[in-house]
Amino acid sequence: MNTPLPPRIDRRLAIKWMLAASAGAMLAHPLKLRAQGAAAPAGKGYGTDPDLMKPYKPGDFWPLTLTDAQRRDAAALCDVIIPAEGPNPSASSVGVVDFVDEWVSAPYPDNLKDRPVILEGLAWVAAAAQKRHGGAFADASDAQRLALCEEMAPEAPEPSELHAASKFFRRFRNLTAAGYFTTPPGMKDLGYVGNRPSATFDGPPPELIAKLGLTDEVKW
Amino acid sequence: MAFVTPSTTADRYDVIVVGSGAGGGQAVYTLTMDGARVLLIEAGRNYDPRSETPMFQTNGAAPLRGAGTPDKPFGYYDATIDGGWTVPNEPYTNASTEEGREFKWWRARMLGGRTNHWARHALRNGPYDFKPYSRDGLGFDWPISYADVAPYYDKVEMLVGVYGMNDGLENTPNSPEGCLLPPPKARIGELYAAKHGRTVGLPVIALHRAVLTRPLDHRVLPAKLHPGNPKAQRVIAEDMQNRAACFWATACGRGCAIRANYQSTTVHLPPAIATGNLDILVNGMVREVAIDDTGKATGVIYVDKATGQEHRARARVVVLAASACETVRLLLNSKSNRFPQGLGNSNGLVGKYIMDTVGANWGGQIPALENYPSYNEDGAGGAHSYVPWWLYQEQLAGKLGFARGYHIEFGSGKGMPGSAPFVPDAGGRTSFGVRMKEDARRYYGSHMGFSGRGEMIPNEDSFCELDPAVKDTWGIPVLRFHWKWSPHEIRQAAHMQKTFADWVSAMGGKNFKAPLPDGTKAIEPGGFIIHEVGGTMMGATPQRSVTNSWAQAWDVKNVFVADGGVFVSNADKNPTLTIMALAWRTADRILSELRQGNL
Repeated sequence: MNTPLPPRIDRRLAIKWMLAASAGAMLAHPLKLRAQGAAAPAGKGYGTDPDLMKPYKPGDFWPLTLTDAQRRDAAALCDVIIPAEGPNPSASSVGVVDFVDEWVSAPYPDNLKDRPVILEGLAWVAAAAQKRHGGAFADASDAQRLALCEEMAPEAPEPSELHAASKFFRRFRNLTAAGYFTTPPGMKDLGYVGNRPSATFDGPPPELIAKLGLTDEVKW
Repeated sequence: MAFVTPSTTADRYDVIVVGSGAGGGQAVYTLTMDGARVLLIEAGRNYDPRSETPMFQTNGAAPLRGAGTPDKPFGYYDATIDGGWTVPNEPYTNASTEEGREFKWWRARMLGGRTNHWARHALRNGPYDFKPYSRDGLGFDWPISYADVAPYYDKVEMLVGVYGMNDGLENTPNSPEGCLLPPPKARIGELYAAKHGRTVGLPVIALHRAVLTRPLDHRVLPAKLHPGNPKAQRVIAEDMQNRAACFWATACGRGCAIRANYQSTTVHLPPAIATGNLDILVNGMVREVAIDDTGKATGVIYVDKATGQEHRARARVVVLAASACETVRLLLNSKSNRFPQGLGNSNGLVGKYIMDTVGANWGGQIPALENYPSYNEDGAGGAHSYVPWWLYQEQLAGKLGFARGYHIEFGSGKGMPGSAPFVPDAGGRTSFGVRMKEDARRYYGSHMGFSGRGEMIPNEDSFCELDPAVKDTWGIPVLRFHWKWSPHEIRQAAHMQKTFADWVSAMGGKNFKAPLPDGTKAIEPGGFIIHEVGGTMMGATPQRSVTNSWAQAWDVKNVFVADGGVFVSNADKNPTLTIMALAWRTADRILSELRQGNL
């Protein structure tokens, strides 16, 4: 036992390396990425006079463009970000993947800007899962998915090699949250209780006003 | 029949009104209620808020969760149709692409125009606001005073329904008894902001907004609005009963199917149609005002956008309410042998002195508001409180470095979730899982947004003219804009951000960034606040103005302007209420001149 064990490559470091490597691979093969659907979508927007009364679902105005493999990984990522929790459903079970697909497939400037961020991020996730677990991210175990997401959410200051992965993850997290919290169960989960007609507007509950020391502020 | 086509218009009307927004809607209302036969021409399509307003649709049922896009800049459910800073088939140009020199021109091509979309902030100009030159030596005085307009503010408030309170603050006029509706209670964030605003000198008071917090009193108001006119009283009394009070749900920007808030299409046009005196022609792009040999207007020439064909409509009087800049365009395109520089432009002042509102934004997060228990905060579909300009005396004493004031619009609360982030992005790890949801619930409602809305002083470098080359789809020359903020506006914008940051700090909150002393970084581009006025200024003499104090063109006595074009200054107060008050006053003048045979 007098020979020290060689230092183990810790999990965080391993994934950093993998992400960096796969990022390099992507940069070296831009055409490969384009073949996976990174080109700008050809669809048109909804125009300046869409029917606002009609219920709408992703894909009605412009085609969805994520591949099946990308959608499976996106669903798995969505559910790490918003898992089922008590009575609250998981993000993927309330259509958030369709929303993410709609978002990155839309022809508007904000969406065109997000599209490469999301598609390259999904490619990194797929490559990292392949290297580490020999399969798709969607087929990895819960613990493996969680570990990869933790890598993509580093403490500040983030290591520079993780910048793109971290930027992707933050954007993907925000899209997942928007997709989820705008659904009826998501609004309930968040605590939105409006959008109901009522005969009176009663203002804040008196106990809340008192708790924040604002009783004297009620002037009307 | 209210809606007509080019082949079913009458041979001749008493008045043609071009544009159906706040000014056009008010002019049409006042004229038809008093018996004038009116043709209203609108460049956009017909629009019925009763059947087209997405009242309870949630963002989850909208494309992109309702996010704004170039097609719908204020979000999918915003009421605007065929509108925005770009409009299909209708370009405009800028003389300079330099930063700070561009003007962005917002339009809405629909019946009711931009009144379907606005914030419903309905503030009166104060006495100072009509005589700014006398007060500080800058800009111009109006040829009229607050006292001239006050009776019309009263009438407009009673007709459209405005909530608010009388606070008696400087240059922030009270309304006479019976004009205002009670304001809705302040939300928790508004109360919190009010308490801590006081420590930095900010008076938080009830906002004035054009939303019915209770039904209009159809027994009392009609006689005050139309004394001696029983038919008008009957029509408006009946219409008031068809407007419901706010039911405290859904944002006003979507429009209002129950007609609880003011849009030209919910307030002005239904009773005007009920008089039987109004014809409405939609999809009519007015190209020019037609003139006869004596120099009087005979009507207008317009393009039917459905066919591209040109048509004429005739009337004894033409009222232009196409919006400040569109009215300028129309006048400049109305060239004739008699008026080679365009109509009303013999002194070259048409298009000059365009003003927008100075805007700067800010955001902060207030830890004291984290995790408060949810209650329904939709309220009146917009803000309930605001801060009027509060430093009149310091400013007059020259202590501020800029000459005109601003008011503060602010908001917080647990509104309907949309596409914006739910957890602050700045600093730390990107949370996810149960932790992220806890964060989202914790921060929900704890963000506060601030917008300064300030007065711009008219200047020689901000104007519009016809572009010498570019034409729209119908071959009509388009506008070219010139824009420049003066140091007054730039410094004012910096002052806004400093004030907001101090206020957030006073609330124990976190500012998302530090305010910069350089106002050019804070100020929104020209046109962004969508309060552009001027271009056909009223004045006391034909040498110095385009219209007289009745908004009547000096050069052509049967042409009037009923939009924001006649503004001589652009007080911090949102212009819509003043546009309506002036349009009512102008329409009264037209009626009396018609009766006396002067037109």
